[in-house]
Amino acid sequence: MSLLLQLYISFFKIGMMAFGGGLASISLIQNEVVVQRGWATISEFADLVTIAEMTPGPIAINSATFVGQKMCGFLGGIVASLGCITPSCIIVSCLAFFYFKYRNLKIFQGVLAGLKPGIVGMILSAGITIFMLAIFGEGGLNLQNPDVNFISLIVIAASYIALRKFKVSPIAVIMTSGAIGAAIYFLGAIQR
Amino acid sequence: MKDNKYLKLFAYTFYISAFTFGGGFVIIALMQKIFVDKLHWLDQKDMMDYVSIAQSAPGVVAVNASLLVGFHVGGILGSAVAILGTVTPPIIIISAISLFYNAFRTNELVAAVLKAMQAGVAAVILDVSATMGKAVLKGRDYINLAIIITGFVAVYFYKINVFWLLLFCAGTGALRTILHKGEKA
Repeated sequence: MSLLLQLYISFFKIGMMAFGGGLASISLIQNEVVVQRGWATISEFADLVTIAEMTPGPIAINSATFVGQKMCGFLGGIVASLGCITPSCIIVSCLAFFYFKYRNLKIFQGVLAGLKPGIVGMILSAGITIFMLAIFGEGGLNLQNPDVNFISLIVIAASYIALRKFKVSPIAVIMTSGAIGAAIYFLGAIQR
Repeated sequence: MKDNKYLKLFAYTFYISAFTFGGGFVIIALMQKIFVDKLHWLDQKDMMDYVSIAQSAPGVVAVNASLLVGFHVGGILGSAVAILGTVTPPIIIISAISLFYNAFRTNELVAAVLKAMQAGVAAVILDVSATMGKAVLKGRDYINLAIIITGFVAVYFYKINVFWLLLFCAGTGALRTILHKGEKA
């Protein structure tokens, strides 16, 4: 079977089961790419995740492009990405059809209203996860020896205030944080 | 005029996708600020409904949301344009980075910038949670509060597959509607 077709199918499978956002789909991708297909080693996969998290865009698409490219060049990247988004496009179109048709139906509205708090919980979970990662690093909270990244803490606090009180654009906040990171790096370099 | 709308849609989804470091929820936050607050192409209620649908379906949240927002703005062509705008930046960027993979991975400046951006991203996601949380808890909805907390604990501490959480929430939503109807009768 053509490698391109295999790429499409693998990422189609991933796209179909990826509930809950990028962070959740990482284990799915690992299983398919490393274990089932052997398209990358664990170490390469770890790098892939880091890069996919670093670069803008959804993790699943970044992963698809990366693996697809690695196996089949530029076209491979595109085919894999297409595979990834196909199932969700189909499913969302169906859901949207029902939404636009039945949205005035009370029970449908009730279901949607019921979903919202669950989603808030999910987003909060993602937020806290990244918060912990930014402050305590990969190792997580070590009560014996908490290694707090105070710069991150300050950046988070300042960013949050900027976002809520001053309505600064999220893009500006993220870019400024990056600039602060660069500034600290250069200050550190000068000291040395 | 029509072309203007589709070009704008492509440009904005491209812009949002190109600058959102940190995953799907950041993109949602940005779509909110741009399509609701700035362009008024959607109202808040529509956006929250679309976010719910985008999250409930499998796959990339950003793509799902683009499909819905695009459809709202310009029908099927609008969806296609929005999706294209969303997936093009990552494809270009990752393709470019793959070429310099090793150099990129080990560069200390890059690492410092990314680490700092992570803090910004944390703040953005917490901000989105707060905004959505406020909307959901309007009118002192204690049941919703309980669900938010339960959902958070289930996902954060117990790593429950969100599919089940969403199913549970859909069920409670339907149940509340039925009970409410019963009361009125």
